[in-house]
Amino acid sequence: MQDQRFKVANREALIGVGLVIINFAIWFGFAYGLGSGDPSEYNYILGFPEWFFYSCIAGTVFMIFLIWITIKVFFKEVSFEEQEEEQ
Amino acid sequence: MIHWQVIIPLFLFLIIIFAIGFWANKQVRTSNSFLQEYFLGGREMGGFLLAMTMMATYGSASSFIGGPGVSYNLGLGWVLLAMAQLPAGYFVLMVLGKKFAIISRRYEAITLIDFLKKRYNSNAIIVLSAISIIVFLFASMTAQWVGGARLIESLTGMNYTTSLLIFAVTVLVYVIIGGFRAVALTDALQGSIMIIGTVILLIGTIIAGGGIDQIMASLYNDNPQMLSPFGSDGSLTPLYVSSFWILIGLGVIGLPQIAVRAMSYKDSKSLHKAIIIGTIGIGTIMFGMHLIGVLARPVIPGIEVADTVMPTLTLKVLPPILAGVVLAAPMAAIMSTVNALLMMVSSTVVKDIYLNFINPDASDKQIKNRSFLVTTVIGLAVIIFALKPPEFLIWLNLFAFGGLESAFLWSVVFGLYWKKANKYGAISSMIVGLALYIAIDRLSPHIFGMHTVTIPIFASLIIFVIVSLATQRVGGMTNQ
Repeated sequence: MQDQRFKVANREALIGVGLVIINFAIWFGFAYGLGSGDPSEYNYILGFPEWFFYSCIAGTVFMIFLIWITIKVFFKEVSFEEQEEEQ
Repeated sequence: MIHWQVIIPLFLFLIIIFAIGFWANKQVRTSNSFLQEYFLGGREMGGFLLAMTMMATYGSASSFIGGPGVSYNLGLGWVLLAMAQLPAGYFVLMVLGKKFAIISRRYEAITLIDFLKKRYNSNAIIVLSAISIIVFLFASMTAQWVGGARLIESLTGMNYTTSLLIFAVTVLVYVIIGGFRAVALTDALQGSIMIIGTVILLIGTIIAGGGIDQIMASLYNDNPQMLSPFGSDGSLTPLYVSSFWILIGLGVIGLPQIAVRAMSYKDSKSLHKAIIIGTIGIGTIMFGMHLIGVLARPVIPGIEVADTVMPTLTLKVLPPILAGVVLAAPMAAIMSTVNALLMMVSSTVVKDIYLNFINPDASDKQIKNRSFLVTTVIGLAVIIFALKPPEFLIWLNLFAFGGLESAFLWSVVFGLYWKKANKYGAISSMIVGLALYIAIDRLSPHIFGMHTVTIPIFASLIIFVIVSLATQRVGGMTNQ
């Protein structure tokens, strides 16, 4: 009885959870991994402190890229209407 | 003082918005299913519209006025915190996703409460949800309305009452006549203005400050902690900042005005496209606006009132016409939030209360008249409250966001993905979430160094699971 479309939906919801975990790890890791020292010892990339560049700039660009790839590769198109139950 | 060069672009913006309202009204009048058209835009949104309306509804006065003001005082640490909002762009749509779209069509749900009602089969849930939506969203609508009026007041030099009336009449007219379709279309315009405004102001500020290197150097000389992730006063601990992922990232699923958008799009393709565009949009705005607040410090030092940082900066670093375009952005952000809230409260009253309890057999014509009437009355009520906002409303608004998340998050998520979730679990988790949220907010808002919303969200999760499992036999009858 389980609607095939729900399998797709469940898997995509789990992918969403996975992406958030990756996002959080990048954000947290770079910010506090590189930024916890004294500001006088920071390195700078393109003018920004290194932790900020990786966590907020590069990390965000990477996430957008990853989301784009994920959707292209793993997300399936399903119909939202009710007629194709029998397939 | 009146800045005409600033007022003209703003005025043009209002005219275009009016035009969209009238165009959408044509669709409303010719549609054969009034409820679905007026409150969901006929479930026809494509990817770009969906992305823009999600983003514009989510981004409010605080993203453009309040947020940059805090960054101005706390430094890069606050930009880091703001980036916890990135998941609002993809996570919400991925989790609610196709399941919500399919199920809401199957249930013929028009509102979030429709979905909860069919899923849990309980009048108590309808009443509880309707009350929390009406109370919390009415309060936050009033607060946004006040913000909009203050903004017009500060930009044009007109008095508060006139500013409020200009703002309110514009919003009311296009929302009342055009319904959800007008809201979504104006959101697309408003969302685009928000993105363009952010980019222009970011570039203008960097140039005015003499480049990133120079700005960072003067921030460092001012207070080295401005460049650290812990905030200028060291108040931003990793745990505190991380707990914002729940409030402004993940918990957003539980906001009814956001969730309802996830049942209004056309097909899978729209969803896929919206996730990508929405994430880029939210990322740009949240990163840009909050970074602008930090960069503003060397450019316009010594600002005392945090909320004036963004308007003052704009008028200082940009030529007048561009300043007008950029200042339309916070206006757009406020309008696009207010219009969604107005629609949400009105649909709750008409669909969830009037059609459920008062007159289930209302004819199409009655529903139509009621919808216009209710939207108008609520809008006018907000104006009256906003003229002289009562303490109580301001207090309620402070926890509208977290309160709604505590109430709805798990009922929606478990309702979709957990077969054993039942009405007993949902009701008890709503009550526990709301009560705990208000209690913690009153007694100890930074309990264990986390944001207020953290514990209520976890507690309502646990209660939901335990109560649902314990009442499997009782609930067995209604559940199937």
